[in-house]
This record gives sequence, C-alpha cells and structure tokens, in this order.
Amino acid sequence: MRTDNYAGHDYYQLDEWLTEEHKLIRDTARAWVKKEVSPIIEDAAENCAFPKHLLPGLGEIGAFGPYIPEEYGGAGLDQISYGLIMQELERCDSGLRSTASVQSSLVMYPIWKYGSEEQRKKYLPKLASGEWMGCFGLTEPDHGSNPGGMTTNFKEDGDHVILNGAKMWISNAPFAQVAVVWAKNEAGRIKGILVERGMEGFSTPTMKGKWSLRASDTGELIFDNVRVPKENILPGRDGLGAPLSCLDSARYGIAWGAIGAALDCYDVALQYSKERQQFDRPIGGFQLQQKKLAEMITEITKAQLLTYRLGTLRNEGRATSAQISMAKRNNVETALNVAREARQMLGGMGITGEYPIMRHMMNLESVVTYEGTHDIHLLITGLDVTGLNAFT
Amino acid sequence: MNILVCISQAPDTTSRIAFTNGDKEFDPNGVQFIVNPYDEWYALVRALELKEAGGGTVTTLTVGDASTDPVIRKALAIGADAAVRVDFKPTDSMQTARLIAAHAEGKGYDLILCGKETIDYNGSVVPGMVAALLDLPYVALGTKLEVANGVATVMREVTGGEEEVEVTLPAVVSAAKGMAEQRIPNMRGIMSARTKPLQVEAGSADAATVVRTFSLPEDKGSCKMIPADQAEELIRLLREEAKVI
Repeated sequence: MRTDNYAGHDYYQLDEWLTEEHKLIRDTARAWVKKEVSPIIEDAAENCAFPKHLLPGLGEIGAFGPYIPEEYGGAGLDQISYGLIMQELERCDSGLRSTASVQSSLVMYPIWKYGSEEQRKKYLPKLASGEWMGCFGLTEPDHGSNPGGMTTNFKEDGDHVILNGAKMWISNAPFAQVAVVWAKNEAGRIKGILVERGMEGFSTPTMKGKWSLRASDTGELIFDNVRVPKENILPGRDGLGAPLSCLDSARYGIAWGAIGAALDCYDVALQYSKERQQFDRPIGGFQLQQKKLAEMITEITKAQLLTYRLGTLRNEGRATSAQISMAKRNNVETALNVAREARQMLGGMGITGEYPIMRHMMNLESVVTYEGTHDIHLLITGLDVTGLNAFT
Repeated sequence: MNILVCISQAPDTTSRIAFTNGDKEFDPNGVQFIVNPYDEWYALVRALELKEAGGGTVTTLTVGDASTDPVIRKALAIGADAAVRVDFKPTDSMQTARLIAAHAEGKGYDLILCGKETIDYNGSVVPGMVAALLDLPYVALGTKLEVANGVATVMREVTGGEEEVEVTLPAVVSAAKGMAEQRIPNMRGIMSARTKPLQVEAGSADAATVVRTFSLPEDKGSCKMIPADQAEELIRLLREEAKVI
C-alpha cells in the first residue's frame, strides 16, 4: 500500500472563502483518515468487510451529525463544515462517507427535525458518538425511483402499530441499532417510524455480492408483523416530503463527497504522470496526458465553486431541492469521468489495488445510482426549469 | 504542575519555498502553515499527558503576528488550556528566545517544553537560549519525559545508546521524536478551542544576527532508470557520466 501523501488541490484559492475553523475541521478529518483509514481501506474493500472499529473515531472527528445542535450531542457546525468532512471521508472511500452521511442526514436529521423531544434526547447523543448506528429504510425491492409507491405499511393496535413489508439496498442495515423506516398507515399516508434492533419480527440480512461500496455494509430490512410502540413514530411531519427532505441533506453531502473522490483520483494521476517514464520522459509531458489532467482539474474546480455556493445557500436555508439535485448529479458525473480518465493514465497499474482509482470508480457506480439516480436528478432539473413533470 | 509549551508555525512540507526582499526574507505567499511538528506531536502532547496524569495547566506561547493564530487555535483544539501570543515577528532565534524568556519570567511555570527544532530554520537553539536567559537547567533532545516529586527524568539518545538525566524543576526541556505520539484533535476540542483564552501581549527584543541572503539548493538532477538486468550500463554511467567510481 502506498503512503497517503494527499495534500488537496485548490486551483481557484477557495480556501480563502473558508474560516480558520473550517480548515481545522477539514484538516482534522484528513489527518484522521490518513492515520486510521488509508492503511486499511484496500483490505477492507477487497475482503468486503466493514471496518466497524472506525465508528468511535468517526464520532470523535464529528462525522456523525456535525450540524446537529450541541444539546443533542452534535457539534452545532454549519453546512460547509459538514460538506468538508464528507469530502475528506470520500477522498478515501465512498463507503466510509456513505456510512457517515446515512447516520447524519438520513437518521439523525429526521430525528432532529421531525422527532419528539424524548426521541431526540434518547437517540441523538448515542448516534453522534457512534455508540449507536442507524439506517434509513425508504427504497423497496419494487420501488426505487418511485418511493411513493411503497407497500411497507402499518396498522394500529392499541398503543402499538404492526409493521409489515421489506426495504432493500439499505446502508448500515446489518449492524444498525435503529432504523428510520418510512411506511404507509391505513389511510395510505407515509410516516417515519423508529424500529429498534431486537424488536420481534425485525431482521436485517446482509446483501452480498456487491462490486461497489465493498467497505460499507448494505442490507435489507424485513418487517414481519413487528409490534412498534406508537411513541416511536416521528410526530413532526408526514407524507413523502419528509423522507425527501432527508435526501436533500444526504445529496448535499454526496455533492461534497464526490469532489473528494475526484480529487483523490486526480492527485494520484498527477503524481503518477510526473514519475512514470515512457519514451525516456515523464508521461505528464505528453499532450494527451496533459489534456486529461487539465480537464480533470477544470471540472473539479467548477464542482468546487458550485458546491461552495450551494453550501452558503444551505447555510442560509435557501438551497432548493433542485439546486441540490444539480450539484449531486454534476459532481458524481465529474468524479466518475475523472476516475475513468485517471485510470487510463495509470495504464495497467490503474486496475490494481496498489492505487485507489479502480476502487473509487466502482464505488461511484453506486453513488451515481443511489439517493436519486443520475437520470432522476436530470428530470428534477427539467421539471424545475420547465414546470412540466416528465416522471410519469 | 504548570507547563509552558512553546509553539511555532512552520511551512507545510509540501510548500514551494521562495524568498523576497532581495532574497533576505522568506516569502509566505501561497504557503500553508502548520504547527511545527516537534512542538505539536511531542512537546504539546507530552505536556497534555503530564497534565492529565497529575493535574495542572498547559499554556502555549507563540512569538508571532496574527497570522500565527490558526496554529495557536489548533494547539488549543488539541487540548492546551490557554494560549499567549507575543505580538512580534522575530527574525532570529535570539529574539524569539528573549521574548519567550520575558514572558515566562516570574510566571512560575514548572516546566518549559519546546520542540527540538523548527522544521524551517532548524536552529535548535531557542530552548537552550531560553534556559540560559532564565537561569534554568536545560535538557536537550528528550525522547522520554517523566515527572515525579518536582524532578523530571529525561531520556536522551546519545551515540550508541541512551542517557537518562534527572533535573530538578523548574527546567527547560526540548522534545525529540519518541516523547509522545501525534494527537489528532477531536470535534469537542475544536469546539472548545473557540472559547479558550488567546491572550496577545506586546513585546519587542533585539536580534543578534542579520540574514544576508537565502538561497535554494540546486535542483536535483533528473532520475535515470536502468533496467535491473543492465548492471554493466549502470557501472558505465556511474564511471563516465556521474564520475563517482
């Protein structure tokens, strides 16, 4: 395994827009990743083994719900801090970032925004420290891009509800202590329910055979007449807008994360191009290689500008779902293109585990699909600019 | 025990080094500064370990202008209780040492810990000068440091072995690799650093030396790769081109 000498790339001096605290938070996440994750990530991905021992460390660097207020165990940071942490995690591995963004945006965020005070106090501090992990159940085997068609449902039974159905492609499911599950009540209205591990009839089988996000655990959530106390229902909001607002937060984190993956691929390709000699000179001196590198850093810089602006809008509570969709879609596509070009620059070495590029590329095939596919985000922008719905 | 840790900033090792003002000054433009690693990883962390084991306070002292505040905040995020910055941009070690000594005089610090050197100027003389100015004992290049009953025991590397030194506090010790392990700040530390005191003191002192000029080392020649099965070619090049054999 190579030594991780990554030092970041800031072609347009965007660091000048960051506060000293932003930089300290980013550099802390970067230092932690280099010390704790870089040395083991290739093995974890190769063995398809989620490195659970990293969870307390992720909690310590503030990767779990950094924008959650301090009274609930969070760090009370702004959205740019959250983005920078996600960027540094995905710079190492999209699976690592996925674990943290699910915990932050899809578990802690709905409990903070839509939970009761009792629910916030019970769950958020444990989730912030990594003592407890959570997962988010929206996607079903037959309902991916169309979550509103979900069939998971619950019926009232005194002071409990009886939950039935199944969720699929759920990050963190195999080890999570709590699942935020979206299900329809008898009137067909979507509500969020906190389902805890150990409740009878609730199981979380691991999904095997992934060639992507191998260092992150993915599973199913199966509910077979699970009796859940009514006090576990999120009271603050119902309807599809509730889970979609969580996805806004997660997609925002992905927009930053994807820049991290792109930066790592660019960094590796740039270094390699200066060292690798063919025809008696470094390949970085050839025009075709320079075209690749120049286009990579151009696209990365554009993504950085787009995303920083999105962060300031989000800090002010003004970022729209459609703006977040644009950034998620653009940045993941940029990261995939950078990974593919970087892979070519490394020739045969690019397909090996000596370098992170192939792992990033395989991971990004999930990232371009989850939390709204590439095509669905295109339709969101299309709907936003025309006012005409092209989904159905 | 009250410990003073001297914290300096230094350019990140990946920085491109350039000079200005007729090559008489280091050009900080575009340079990313970090906490001098010997100060951060060894002196500060060992001070924090001693405080955690035996109580007391850890105060950092930096001689520099406001551009050094980010590295001071990092030291606070790692765990120092308070920070002092002497608002002066030094040009040599004597100036820095005089200002550190002027601050420390009469403050009752039991131990003054410094990194063994800064990774930019590599002078390694500030801690010794501080000790001399304060008339305190000095142990240089400690790789281990224990304190009990007002006595510090310092392990030092010497040629071919190790030396164990005892010194009665107060004293000045400079920290070399091995004294502690790097600590990455956690989010709690970063948050609490916002409200920890950073006291700025005025100060000035005379320098003992004047820098006439800085220059960069010559570029390393390009690397020529010789396939492993062409040893004769390697020997020919070493003899005829490099002229080293």
